[in-house]
Amino acid sequence: MSIILDIKDLQKTYNSGGHPLTVLQGINFSLQAGDTCAIVGPSGSGKTTLLGLCAGLDRASSGSVILNGVKLDNLSEDERAQVRNQYVGFIFQNFQLIPTLTAIENVMVPLELRGERNVHRQAMELLERVGLAERHDHYPTQLSGGEQQRVSLARAFSNKPAILFADEPTGNLDEETGQRVEKLLFDLNRETGTTLVLVTHDLELAEKTDRIIRIKGGTVVSDQFTSSVGNVQR
Amino acid sequence: MSDTIIHLNKKRPLNLRWLLKMAWRDSRRNRGRLALFISSIVLGIAALVAINSFSDNLRTDIDKQAKSLIGADLVVASNKEIEPKMQQLLDSLALTGDRSDEVRFVSMVFFQASQGTRLVQVRALEQGGFPYYGAIETEPQSASKAFREEGRKALVDHTLLLQYNTKPGDSIKVGNSTFEIAGALHRIPGQTAMTATIAPAVYIPRHYLEETGLLQKGSRINYYHYYKLPETTDADKLVKKLEPRFEEAGFGFDTVNSRKEGTGKAYEDLASFLALVGFVALLLGCVGVASAVHVYIREKLATIGVLRCLGVSGKQAFLIYLFQVMAMGLIGSVVGAILGSLIQLYLPELFRTFLPVEVTVAVSWLAILEGIAIGLVVAVLFALLPLLTIRNVSPLITLRAGVEHLTSQKDKVRWAVYVLILAFIFVFAYFQLNTWLRALAFTGGVIVAFLVLALLARAMMWFVKRFFPVSWGYVWRQSLANLYRPNNQTLLLTVSIGLGTALISTLFLMQRLLLSEVAIAGSENQPNLVLFDIQNAQKEEVARVTQDAGLPLLQYVPVVTMRLEEMNGLRAADVREDTTLGIPDWAYTREYRVTYRDSLISSEKEVEGTWQGTVTNPTAPVPISLEDRYAERLKVELGDTLVFNVQGALVTTVVNHLREVEWNRVQSNFLVVFPKGVLEEAPQFHVLMTRTDSTAQSAAFQQNLVKRFPNVSAIDLDLILQTLDDILGKISFVIRFMALFSIITGILVLIGSINISKFQRVQESVLLRTLGASRKQILSINAFEYLLLGALAAGTGVILSVAASWALAVFSFEVNFVPDFLPLLPVFIGITALTVFIGMLNSRGILNRPPLEVLRREA
Repeated sequence: MSIILDIKDLQKTYNSGGHPLTVLQGINFSLQAGDTCAIVGPSGSGKTTLLGLCAGLDRASSGSVILNGVKLDNLSEDERAQVRNQYVGFIFQNFQLIPTLTAIENVMVPLELRGERNVHRQAMELLERVGLAERHDHYPTQLSGGEQQRVSLARAFSNKPAILFADEPTGNLDEETGQRVEKLLFDLNRETGTTLVLVTHDLELAEKTDRIIRIKGGTVVSDQFTSSVGNVQR
Repeated sequence: MSDTIIHLNKKRPLNLRWLLKMAWRDSRRNRGRLALFISSIVLGIAALVAINSFSDNLRTDIDKQAKSLIGADLVVASNKEIEPKMQQLLDSLALTGDRSDEVRFVSMVFFQASQGTRLVQVRALEQGGFPYYGAIETEPQSASKAFREEGRKALVDHTLLLQYNTKPGDSIKVGNSTFEIAGALHRIPGQTAMTATIAPAVYIPRHYLEETGLLQKGSRINYYHYYKLPETTDADKLVKKLEPRFEEAGFGFDTVNSRKEGTGKAYEDLASFLALVGFVALLLGCVGVASAVHVYIREKLATIGVLRCLGVSGKQAFLIYLFQVMAMGLIGSVVGAILGSLIQLYLPELFRTFLPVEVTVAVSWLAILEGIAIGLVVAVLFALLPLLTIRNVSPLITLRAGVEHLTSQKDKVRWAVYVLILAFIFVFAYFQLNTWLRALAFTGGVIVAFLVLALLARAMMWFVKRFFPVSWGYVWRQSLANLYRPNNQTLLLTVSIGLGTALISTLFLMQRLLLSEVAIAGSENQPNLVLFDIQNAQKEEVARVTQDAGLPLLQYVPVVTMRLEEMNGLRAADVREDTTLGIPDWAYTREYRVTYRDSLISSEKEVEGTWQGTVTNPTAPVPISLEDRYAERLKVELGDTLVFNVQGALVTTVVNHLREVEWNRVQSNFLVVFPKGVLEEAPQFHVLMTRTDSTAQSAAFQQNLVKRFPNVSAIDLDLILQTLDDILGKISFVIRFMALFSIITGILVLIGSINISKFQRVQESVLLRTLGASRKQILSINAFEYLLLGALAAGTGVILSVAASWALAVFSFEVNFVPDFLPLLPVFIGITALTVFIGMLNSRGILNRPPLEVLRREA
């Protein structure tokens, strides 16, 4: 199996009121294609920052991120956007659907951006898969939270991403809806063979992945395979 | 693993079709909001299209009706009796065509029916073919011919007939002769309604002129010769050939083309000025667009962040919103152009008083296309400032809403946009004003106004923050804090309201200032009745009659008319040949009205030299005094020699004294003053200034005077003041009509801005209500905030207008600037109140809904 995400000596420092503030340092890990992994940690530990760096949403202060063979460190924002469009899918805690687009249009955007054909048919198939074909022409405000997150799932998988980043995907949902979305997420992940990186507070959800990386104070405190016993530092 | 295993496609296609589709999709849920943006520029474009369409139509109509502008192929005018040599030339011009002669002068006339007297322009027209083009419009129509062919008949301006309750068939006395009024004169080629207002005309047949006894030596008489030339003669070529001789003789001339150019230019100047007023409305609207787009983009940041996450490049995201703004600008411009085309239907009526031709109403596609293009360009340019931000929106915003969402880099493109905006304003102003300097002044003025208002708004925010009155009550503190909260509208509202106020107040101030210049005549102890053309023999008697009527002799001065023949040895021809001398032509062609006396009067102040009141050496050059600015224009200094032609006799003079003259004082003021002892025997007339206490006294005195001295004319300054007031009123109505576009645009921008900030206000108000604030408290917070904003903006606008009026008064109108602050108070109060009213009207909806509903809805 090939390495899909390779993180080396990652450090992120912000300027806070004229003083440097290091929120991540010495982060090293890599993921094989098809892996599922959860990044967990308390609030302010740096897990969302790490997700942003891994997905190419932000640039590290030092260290390197190689995503599906592309070294992101020296790429411009527009080049990283191209990488995201080709290899990355996203799911956000607050769904982040574009409010002015209908459900199907939201799903079509990544496909249209890639210049693919038959985008409407592909998007409809994905909406059918998440059980929302009937509501394809509804705007996000006309959908419930769970439905919005399912549209978000369809959008995330529409460009057949090599890696999917999910930031607290069930954080804004009630338990029952959350479980339904979780199931859908893992099912789609299995069907497509996509690598999944989850950022969550929810340990129950984290334990459904193959591997849990714990972060505290900006550093990795443990890196654990859920099927194995003990810590495995990579 | 190597650094880059998979190569990125460096040149990604923009995918314009998809971007257009996205722009369309994204705008769907915001069309109501976008409509508000559009409304900001609609009126500016409407004003431009209306004025430009009207100008286009006017130009076409002037072309079509050019010949009736002067009613002949060539008009030659002179203000002195024609010398025999020139008479031959004038006669020869008519050999192959036709000629009509006219003599014009001002005189008193007496209306028998109402026993009223009035100073009018008497025009004695020969029984010839004039007008050769166009027609004399009279009522009854037959009067236009009858007055020249059927004995002692006159045509009288219709306004005079109305004023003096006189009708055709009644009598009018001109000098010693009485004429029957053949009809009311409505229109005659070469005269606009405006000239008729200033100097209403009475036409009499030329061959009765001598009988009137009004042609006396020293009277100011103008001679007009109207020519109809053969088809084969080119009037312009003919004039070019004769120009040197005409100029030498002091003749003025007009051909169809020169009048067309002159008329066209005069109206184009007016149209350009009005177009600039319209352009200010457009700029104001664009400030509204920029601000609306700014807020629109802020609300779209989350969407832009998501698009960036999904792989949209900065350029693509920028284009999606640029296309929306372009569509918005296009729709606004098209709506504006349609509205403008409708408004221009009303303009011929509005300008009727000033127009020399009948203006037809037609759609001007050129003006429409120009308006749409200008609207589109200017809306996009102004919107670019907030739109550029999009390129730097970080996708991280999707993960952390509160995080710094813009990549911090210095943006050179932003500066390029500023330069483009200024260049656009400058180029537009240049095309309207035709001089670089004025275009620069206009652009500079706009920049200064914007900067002053923007700086003031910022200063206020800083001041309130820095010296926050912590001890004040909660309501006041909250209102003040609102002025500098994030996403506040302080800057926008201050600029838009301030600019609108500045424009309105400037127009207002200028009108009052120009009126006050002449209103001095109405003030106490100043003369308000001027008698002139008093002959030497009548001098004593007129004085006695005046005093018998109980009127004072405030000033009684002799006037001698003369021309300048030589200046330090230079004659008119020398000056025309050597243009580097910089001496104006009129120095030699104008007729000088000169007085003589032994002392200076109260409106004069010595500047340089020695005033010698009486001639002591009759053989030496006469020591004279010149007005200092006149001497400057003639490039004459103390000690220079001037030779005057005093009705045939050459008099050599030396400049011995320079004076400053207060021209706005009602006095008989002169450019050239001779000492006593030289001109006493020259042909002359006298001017008497007096003051009447009432209109009735003035009318009775004039009536008596005209009966006894038909050649003496009286100028009633109160009447002139009324006429001027009337004319300025008409002009200012036109300007106000155009300024209305700015005002309504200002109000639209105001409504738009307040509406834009509604979202934040809803959040705040609901939060405050949830925490227990009463409706009254929330209303007070909002009212006080709008009061502060309105007062600051209107106050600054008023101050700016005082500065602008000062500049206009000093540099453009060359009058003393005495600001009249009192009428500015209602402007200030009115605009402040309007701001509060619109603001409160908008807040009402917020308060009428229960907090929970609003919270749910806005969430």
